[in-house]
Amino acid sequence: MRLIEKQQLMSAAEIDRTLQRLAHQIVEKSDGTRHLALIGIRRRGVPLAQRIARAMRGIDGVEVPVGTLDITLYRDDLSKVAPQAVLQSSHIAFPVDSLDLVLVDDVLYTGRTIRAAMNGLFDLGRPKRVSLCVLIDRGHREMPIEAQYVGRTIQTSTTEIIEVRLQEIDNEERVVLVDRVDS
Amino acid sequence: MRRTASLCKISSGRSAVPLLAVSANLNYRFRDLLALEPLTADEITFILDQAKPFQQIQRNPLKKLATLRGKTVVLAFFENSTRTRLSFGTAASRLGADTMNLQAEASSLKKGETLLDTANNLNAMKPDCFVMRHSSSGAADFVARHLEIPVVNAGDGTHEHPSQGLLDALTIRDRKGGLNGLNVTILGDIAHSRVARSNIHLLGKFGCRFTLCGPAMWVPRELEHIGPPGTPIRCVYRVEEALDHADVIIVLRVQTERLYEPSLSQNDYILLYQLNSERMRLAKPDALILHPGPINRGIEITPDVADGPRSAVLEQVTNGVSVRMAILYLLMTGASEGTHPAFESKSEASPKESAHASD
Repeated sequence: MRLIEKQQLMSAAEIDRTLQRLAHQIVEKSDGTRHLALIGIRRRGVPLAQRIARAMRGIDGVEVPVGTLDITLYRDDLSKVAPQAVLQSSHIAFPVDSLDLVLVDDVLYTGRTIRAAMNGLFDLGRPKRVSLCVLIDRGHREMPIEAQYVGRTIQTSTTEIIEVRLQEIDNEERVVLVDRVDS
Repeated sequence: MRRTASLCKISSGRSAVPLLAVSANLNYRFRDLLALEPLTADEITFILDQAKPFQQIQRNPLKKLATLRGKTVVLAFFENSTRTRLSFGTAASRLGADTMNLQAEASSLKKGETLLDTANNLNAMKPDCFVMRHSSSGAADFVARHLEIPVVNAGDGTHEHPSQGLLDALTIRDRKGGLNGLNVTILGDIAHSRVARSNIHLLGKFGCRFTLCGPAMWVPRELEHIGPPGTPIRCVYRVEEALDHADVIIVLRVQTERLYEPSLSQNDYILLYQLNSERMRLAKPDALILHPGPINRGIEITPDVADGPRSAVLEQVTNGVSVRMAILYLLMTGASEGTHPAFESKSEASPKESAHASD
């Protein structure tokens, strides 16, 4: 089996415009940024959350706190994954109680990562509200989970993979659709 | 032979070359944790790094995870222990696992059952991990050769106490910013100490230099050769000499039953070797003091030093839970050999990880 790149879904400029729009939508829906905090899910949710926070500073002039969450310990497939999942640290330096939290991730797929992330958040306290912001929603949910803020919805087949490549991690900036083909 | 990986030179039965196949973890080759001696510096660094997320968990309002839900950890303490047993028990329960406790006084060992029979009987109750302490060196390795499940050595005779060595290293790394090239002084009954051996095996891999100090009967010259090849170890018999230039001072618990007339009385030990504030003036101002506990206040260390700002004894205890959570996590998760990573096509967390293997 090998992977082939089928299509570019978003360019760097499109990613940037989409994040700007998502930042505006979150600020509008949250009635300002006073009780707002963003939680980036490791790994690619983290730079996305930081960029959205930066965009919010441009809108409201307010510094929105950004935390990072590693969901490994909350996964439901730990006894099935080989090689073993390596743990990363979470950094949430503010009390989550009474905050409006926005979880940020790159791709929403089965919903299992978000289920795990919510378990992790509730070990830290009792947030007032939790919503979800994703760059791409590719469908195929296995959990009753939906995102309130979606950059783009894309129809996919289950053999396809959506790769969000970000400057901070991948040294390039675009979203591509990749497919697995038997060779 | 049922098992292929060995961690322990004491045994001759298991292969000395560990095989990747026994572990689902590419960063840690072994199925068990029996000793620190065979681990590489990279493997130790990996385990210490994996303890970091668990250090955060200790600060959470809710400390209980479901990561090992439905799994059972045997805590078989054939030799008495309070701290280590509670620490492993806390680690297991914070990961969501259940524990089965065996304590020496209450066990059928008193009725003459052999170690292997006891281990096999506990194993027949289908636990997922076997944590054990025993007064005989090599006991954990022996049990590991007969069980299919991971075995964790929680102290075997005068051989090793790997989780203590790891928690000491984590404490030192947090306080000193690293492990490389430190001057480490170990004070007390080195000859009988598995803690000292695990410390030397671990820190020796990071280029630390050791000064071992205590009464001659407890610090035989042979100890100069127990570390990784080339490790500078010197034995000294004056505490003043041992404290000079020390970055880290590990004070061992003195077994008071080993102090007797005429070889060495308790008062003589206090006079010659006790770590007190006056002697601490000889050490570096930022020297770090560790003690594996339980402390004999007023014998090997004075209360003002044990409780002073340079002491990290309570951090050691907190780190003990984090390190043991990391150990249980490493040994008890991950699919066994031959399982295809089916998650690749299922969850959204994994494809990006596999797609960017360089991360």
